[in-house]
Amino acid sequence: MALFDRFRKGLEKTRTSFSEGFNRLATSLGIYDASMLDELEMLLVSADTGVPAATAAMESLRRRMKESGQVSRAQVLQMLRDELLNLLGPTSRLELAPSGLNIVLMVGVNGTGKTTTAGKLCARFAAEGRRTVLAAADTFRAAAIEQLEHWAKATGTPLIHHSEGSDPAAVVFDAVQSAKARGAGVLIVDTAGRLHNKQNLMDELNKIRRVIAREAPDARCTTLLVIDATTGQNAVVQARLFKEAASVDGVVLTKLDGNAKGGVAIAVAYETRVPILLAGLGEQVDDLVDFDAASFVDSLLPTP
Amino acid sequence: MAFFASLSDKLQAISARMKGKARVSEVDIRDMMREIRLALLEADVNFQVVKQFVDEVALKCRGSDVLECLTPGQQVVKIVHEELAAMLGTTPGRLAVSPSGFTVILLCGLNGAGKTTTAAKLGLYLKKKGKKPMLASCDVHRPAAAKQLEVLAGQAGLTSFLMPDEKDAVVVARKAVDRAKYLFQDTLILDTAGRMTIDAELMEELRQVRKAVSPTETLLVVDAMTGQEAVTIASAFDKEIGVDGFVMTKLDGDARGGAALSIRRMTGRPIKFACVGEKIADIEEFYPDRMASRILGMGDVLGLIERATVAVDEKKARDTLENIRKNRFTLQDMLSQMEEVVKMGDMNSMLEMIPGMDKKKMAGAQVDEKQVARTVAILRGMTVRERMNPDLLNASRRKRIAAGSGVQVQDVNRVVRQFEETEKMMKQFQSMSRGRRGRAGMPGFPF
Repeated sequence: MALFDRFRKGLEKTRTSFSEGFNRLATSLGIYDASMLDELEMLLVSADTGVPAATAAMESLRRRMKESGQVSRAQVLQMLRDELLNLLGPTSRLELAPSGLNIVLMVGVNGTGKTTTAGKLCARFAAEGRRTVLAAADTFRAAAIEQLEHWAKATGTPLIHHSEGSDPAAVVFDAVQSAKARGAGVLIVDTAGRLHNKQNLMDELNKIRRVIAREAPDARCTTLLVIDATTGQNAVVQARLFKEAASVDGVVLTKLDGNAKGGVAIAVAYETRVPILLAGLGEQVDDLVDFDAASFVDSLLPTP
Repeated sequence: MAFFASLSDKLQAISARMKGKARVSEVDIRDMMREIRLALLEADVNFQVVKQFVDEVALKCRGSDVLECLTPGQQVVKIVHEELAAMLGTTPGRLAVSPSGFTVILLCGLNGAGKTTTAAKLGLYLKKKGKKPMLASCDVHRPAAAKQLEVLAGQAGLTSFLMPDEKDAVVVARKAVDRAKYLFQDTLILDTAGRMTIDAELMEELRQVRKAVSPTETLLVVDAMTGQEAVTIASAFDKEIGVDGFVMTKLDGDARGGAALSIRRMTGRPIKFACVGEKIADIEEFYPDRMASRILGMGDVLGLIERATVAVDEKKARDTLENIRKNRFTLQDMLSQMEEVVKMGDMNSMLEMIPGMDKKKMAGAQVDEKQVARTVAILRGMTVRERMNPDLLNASRRKRIAAGSGVQVQDVNRVVRQFEETEKMMKQFQSMSRGRRGRAGMPGFPF
């Protein structure tokens, strides 16, 4: 299935509700006047884009409509598409150095799907023929190690772990040594879920980062913040605080296939400028795909 | 973060415009309602619920004498808060108990909402209430989900039941009921796999499980961070499975939790429990007014008060108040105050509960707990006579106290100075509040 179709399928429900609203607005007048943009703004907000992003899009849209005098459905739709793409910022990809060690650090609040994403990434790298090592640095949650073990077995990846309750930074230390000794290309580190307003847990993350920087100064470390796409405006706060504490390089938006409205991607990208790199579009191993802004926006909007 | 302050400020600014006008215009009210609407949307309250809610509040504001009083902005906030609390429910949630003597609680929800952790927390909660709960996992999908429940059950000292090799959730559920009855447990808490409501297959599985065990309570576990979709999720579970109530999780985060309002409003089902931390004891009954404050960003004032009332030794507090009333604040009072404060627990988590506390500013103002401990040590290093009569503290006594509590004389001097300042403050406080009815509040802490 092409990438676009997969986004489209995942966001089907959101598109339906959004498109219906959009078309309803269109049919009631045939054209869009300024007051109807308020309703359009509410449509965006109802898809979790947040008020600031929706307002920014509408202001710009309003200005352009006034300047160009274009008010037909197709024209407004095109302009709205531009605005949403604009809010999302340029598309970026999860890039790995072809040689040397890459370290991918998974962080995020509880229950967003860090372990599952780590497992899926593992399968992806294995399929690309990279030597991968997994590290179970979630030593807090009961049975987190067992869950990762399942993924390690399924993908034939060595798993570095200690016992539950041990120091996660020590696990990372061992994992880095092991990855170096094996000449691995990628080390994926799964960490415990932590709420971003708990200082001690954020400090723990910092310690992990320090261990990585010290033990593997030449490695390329990418920190991925895993955000549940069902999350509301708190996702913005999460992105902001994790960015401060762990210099997040990109966001993985999980569970985009199910109940999520998905607009939170726009809120996060617009308000924090952290790029969305990957999207989880289903429960299958290959349902973790590169985030494609154009496909994403097109699957939100009705067909022209 | 100090959102409530800013909402009330904004409303106040609007009302300031009205001064001098004989009547308040429609425009003023509309501006106020706009601010409220934005505040609620920022808190992730569903946009339809926001619309209905704001209309109701507007009606109430027009109908009352809000705009005649001196601070209409604050009045409006008060109305908003009351309406929110009323909408969230009037009484704390209770769990139903089956008349048969065997209660089954079924937990369901989306992936990652916190069902397994909630199962263990509920189990411990019920155990503390004298019940005999057993935990069982019907999650046959997520790797190691059953193992997670087993480990948590062990931590809570509860019996657990799992069938790691069984792939049919209904079979596990039936066997769990048999097992629990066999072991003479009076409650069975059944954890299920996380599922999206659009996943027809998994929803059918849940329906079958429900049919097989006919639970006394089916609770939907909802992540407090959920966005606009919360309404659809809750309604879908309610319609397809049948939900008796909700458990809100991850309330120890800083999400406003507008989802609570949305699901309550759209389904009419009560929110019964709130999970407020990572430890298995961190579960409490749901209090609507606290949630209302949270959604508005007011901080958990009531939670703070409750913690203070639990920790403070009432008699000691009364003695202190009595002394203050007599204008006699001594070092002895300061010591007992400090000890009470230490008892209340982690001070920084207390500070977070105070409304208007900005997290950014908090970083600099973190209470140094070591400092408090040091002060207590110094105060304990004094004799009772010295504490009752601070004038006795001459240089040689101060030297002795410093040596006894392992600090420098300067530190002792600092504490004494602190005491004197507090004493002065107390006197002012006294003369200020004289004439008012006796307010039994905690006097200002001297740090």
